Amino acid sequence: MSVGRRLLRVASLAAALGAWQLLTSLDVNVWLRFEQFPTVGEVASAFADRVGTGPYWQDLGHSLRRIVLGFLLAAVLGVATGTAIARSRWAADLLGPLVEVVRPVPAIALVPVAILLLPTNEQGIVFITCTAAFFPVVVSTRHAVRALTPIWEEAVLTMGAGRLRVLFSVVLPGALPGIFGGLSVGIGVSWICVISAEMISGEYGVGYRTWQDYTIVDYPAVFVGMATIGALGWLTSTAVELLGRRATSWLPRPAARGAAETPRPSLRRPGRTPANTGADPSGRGADRTAVPRKEPVP
Amino acid sequence: MNTATLPAVPAPMGAELALHDVLLGHADGAAVPGRVALRIAPGELLAVVGPSGCGKSTLLRTLAGLLPPLDGRVTQDGEPVGRPAADRALVFQHDALLPWRTVRANVELPLAIRRVPRARRRRSAADWLDRVGLAGHAHKLPHQLSGGQRQRVQLARALAGRPRAVLMDEPFGALDAHTRAGMQDLLVDILQGTGATVVFVTHDVDEALYLGDRVALPASGQVLDVPHPRDRDGRHAPGTAELRRRILESL
Repeated sequence: MSVGRRLLRVASLAAALGAWQLLTSLDVNVWLRFEQFPTVGEVASAFADRVGTGPYWQDLGHSLRRIVLGFLLAAVLGVATGTAIARSRWAADLLGPLVEVVRPVPAIALVPVAILLLPTNEQGIVFITCTAAFFPVVVSTRHAVRALTPIWEEAVLTMGAGRLRVLFSVVLPGALPGIFGGLSVGIGVSWICVISAEMISGEYGVGYRTWQDYTIVDYPAVFVGMATIGALGWLTSTAVELLGRRATSWLPRPAARGAAETPRPSLRRPGRTPANTGADPSGRGADRTAVPRKEPVP
Repeated sequence: MNTATLPAVPAPMGAELALHDVLLGHADGAAVPGRVALRIAPGELLAVVGPSGCGKSTLLRTLAGLLPPLDGRVTQDGEPVGRPAADRALVFQHDALLPWRTVRANVELPLAIRRVPRARRRRSAADWLDRVGLAGHAHKLPHQLSGGQRQRVQLARALAGRPRAVLMDEPFGALDAHTRAGMQDLLVDILQGTGATVVFVTHDVDEALYLGDRVALPASGQVLDVPHPRDRDGRHAPGTAELRRRILESL
């Protein structure tokens, strides 16, 4: 990213913070009321106080553990269920209607179910987190597996492959780009649900702490909680995103995308690849476009 | 199988494939009209020529065991063909390489499925890539190759498993004329010593006349002998010209 674009991004954040500080320190009250709203300074000093304490990090650890556990469970169960529904008529008939009926129920509305079913609150929160991420993963896996080109499977079958080999060498790797789409959506939803569940029934956790601070009218601390939630959500989403990009690094990237450098002359036949004119900013396309290679005739 | 001494090791015998009054088609679609009775001798290269939609691909998939015949029997060496097997490799027109596997990993795949130890797998894949002229491309991903190179990887992958029959579905159909001629010569070259039976589907009459020992015309049910198989100079021989005329008439 160019320096100019970086500056623009920082400036956007700074402007928002500046507006907040201005509105709150001047106690602006024109329909929107900023008198009780904590200023940026107050939130910052509350944040500095909290970060130094053990409970802050304890809450953070609790929330992270819940989301990692719930999300991993959802990923495994979701990919397995989605693949089964897409590949087997039995699974589609048995699980399909069930998934479609439960899917519209918001995960957070399952709190009563969690309380009734599970012995501890902790398990209930993980259950809700897991349910939230489960459905996006199931749906995207199902679509990705159904959209696979049958040629790959036929090719591997004619090499003598069995069902398991087809599953692990063709179906799962081929569906991975789509699966990661679902995982990215899932981590976002499950983060929302872990916080909500903590607010409702938690002991410890960032959501629980934020709600506690609200009930004792400690508004700067509420904002510290929100900032923490935002930062952790961003962290977990980025982690999934990076993992996804690593796992699907084999996908051909359109070379023309992004800021164009000087276009390299291409000696390849026209119309063969989209990499003809644009230059790949990462340089990955260099060997594809720059090497003049005639089709050797054996 | 012994890949350690490839390619000097004598090849396994080609398979004898036969269709006994087979009705081709998909279970949930229309059947291909007419019944097929065909015997493909071990080691023979049978070219199948016909316009698109005449059931050429259906024929190959049925021979491969991917598609059960609607009626009749398909046999390999007299035994009924029930399911796909490593014995009968299938080569597709395009995009059959697994895009997340490197060229080498694609060629190693049939050997990995047979649980050939890694070192032997490596050696065999390197050897086959060398034979198709892609020794320097082992670490590339399929999308980094040209269409002709990808088809050569497919050939290497199909033959690396040492199948007794190779079923080819217009493998050079998407290539330009120049590349295509080179690929035909390469195919003739690398099939030598494998002993494999080959069924080669194409819509290009000249390709069929060059490669095939015999040419099958599913549209009319005829199977005709080719006078000068795999001889570039035989193209202008009177026998070939006559056969070419007959094939074009029947299409």
